[in-house]
Amino acid sequence: MILSVLSSFALVSGLMVVRAKNPVHSVLFFILVFCNTSGLLILLGLDFFAMIFLVVYIGAIAVLFLFVVMMFNIQIAEIHEEVLRYLPVSGIIGLIFWWEMFFILDNETIPLLPTHRNTTSLRYMVYAEKVQSWTNLETLGNLLYTHYFVWFLVSSLILLVAMIGAIVLTMHRTTRVKRQDIFRKNALDSRRIIMKEDGRDLSRREAYIYNEYISFGSPRVSGFETSGGALECSLD
Amino acid sequence: MIIDTTEVQTINSFSTSGFFKEVYGLIWIIPILTLILEITIGVLVIVWLEREISAAIQQRIGPEYAGPLGILQAIADGTKLLLKEDLLPSRGDIRLFSVGPSIAVISVLLSYLVIPFGYRLVLADLGIGVFLWIAISSIAPIGLLMSGYGSNNKYSFSGGLRAAAQSISYEIPLTLCSSTVDIVEAQSKYGFWGWNLWRQPIGFLVFLISSLAECERLPFDLPEAEEELVAGYQTEYSGIKYALFYLASYLNLLVSSLFVTVLYLGGWNFSIPYIPIPELFRINQMAGIFGMTIDIFITLAKAYLFLFISITTRWTLPRMRIDQLLNLGWKFLLPISLGNLLLTTSSQLVSL
Repeated sequence: MILSVLSSFALVSGLMVVRAKNPVHSVLFFILVFCNTSGLLILLGLDFFAMIFLVVYIGAIAVLFLFVVMMFNIQIAEIHEEVLRYLPVSGIIGLIFWWEMFFILDNETIPLLPTHRNTTSLRYMVYAEKVQSWTNLETLGNLLYTHYFVWFLVSSLILLVAMIGAIVLTMHRTTRVKRQDIFRKNALDSRRIIMKEDGRDLSRREAYIYNEYISFGSPRVSGFETSGGALECSLD
Repeated sequence: MIIDTTEVQTINSFSTSGFFKEVYGLIWIIPILTLILEITIGVLVIVWLEREISAAIQQRIGPEYAGPLGILQAIADGTKLLLKEDLLPSRGDIRLFSVGPSIAVISVLLSYLVIPFGYRLVLADLGIGVFLWIAISSIAPIGLLMSGYGSNNKYSFSGGLRAAAQSISYEIPLTLCSSTVDIVEAQSKYGFWGWNLWRQPIGFLVFLISSLAECERLPFDLPEAEEELVAGYQTEYSGIKYALFYLASYLNLLVSSLFVTVLYLGGWNFSIPYIPIPELFRINQMAGIFGMTIDIFITLAKAYLFLFISITTRWTLPRMRIDQLLNLGWKFLLPISLGNLLLTTSSQLVSL
């Protein structure tokens, strides 16, 4: 029963990913797909992979998607006038997918189907797990870091390449200029940092008053007025 | 391809030992309800503790009007928040706005399933254990992002983004430092000197800092900072939804402190070595109610230490800026926790 509930939720959420008008809703249904798939993995007995799904897919990838989708002003799409345009090509791809499903399903899984494959379904008793039953974590640890360590190292190299690629793509020429720590510079020499509205630097008196504002919250100099309105900060 | 649809057989591999397999019928709901009751009382106690300790640090009297010594202050706060008007932003996304706090609370509450309060006193004795907490705390940023986005408020949105960024930044040092410990029974050999605190000092410090950052307590308080962002992603919330955020914050604090005790401070062991008193209790360890109560009491007393440290830290250290915070997470704690992992695994080769 749990299997049908989880898989139907996953299918409906997958459908809603494509059909939702708001892109943020779309990504949130995407997250629901992963939650349900994680539940399906638990039903298959792969508890560690279910948690990895939660950590990697939902905790990292979906959060990344959400950051992007929320920050960019993507307009809400008008769906009802565009959908028939995609029907020929998408219909063909959908039919191909539906045809491929018949390679897998047969008369025993869904009794109504007319297809019948000549395989007998044997249930094997895995005696190894009755002698010493390892958890998923132990199995992975025993295999991944000993017999298949090369693949582990290669996958880490792939991730390293991806990281370097991201840095290369986003590094501009201007970031090779030596950055200044504006807070430190302001503390040391505020007269040359702050500029007034009409482009003049602060006079000594105004710099003193600015310092008073920063340190004590209000100027202790009586008869205070600034000419030209508010002080304005500028980066050299 | 056959999918095994008999769920009982497959869930066997998910939980290794069966304290609750012998219990039939609906009796399984009683431990869950007990734990929920414990957690609720724990939150009330923490709220009161925080007010009292903050008052002591600031040299003033804490709450004194709600009940004797202000014990019922948390209930008074909760009742007030319950009776407030539930505001909804007019052009925000109402469904996301309403669901956001719930996701934050649910993800924290599910983490209580794997905390052992005593020998075999754990709700779900999973093979993966602590990793469930790590995985479910990865869902919390989704709730924060939903709340920030659904509020239709630039400052809430910005606060939600910052809170989510902070959460995901400190998850990795948390994961790496909780994977280098061997847990309670292995710490019990030498009593106090066998605590993982001494065997993994770097891991303990990194875990402490990361869990403070995950709970969004000061000094990592920026999502709730009053001066910078009004109240961050919690700005537009009132009434019971705000109470849910408040609750989630204290629940998170409690679960983090319980994990610190289980992983680093020796769990439920009565940690004074070479005293024969635990030997007396060990005779009836499995069935004795008194032994179980002592174990629970010890766990809670050790959790109190971390709570005290975090409440004291709140009024001691200044708040960090968001770039300092993220720098600390990615550029400082992550390399240190990787180095700790390397150190631990290489010292295993020398079989320390």
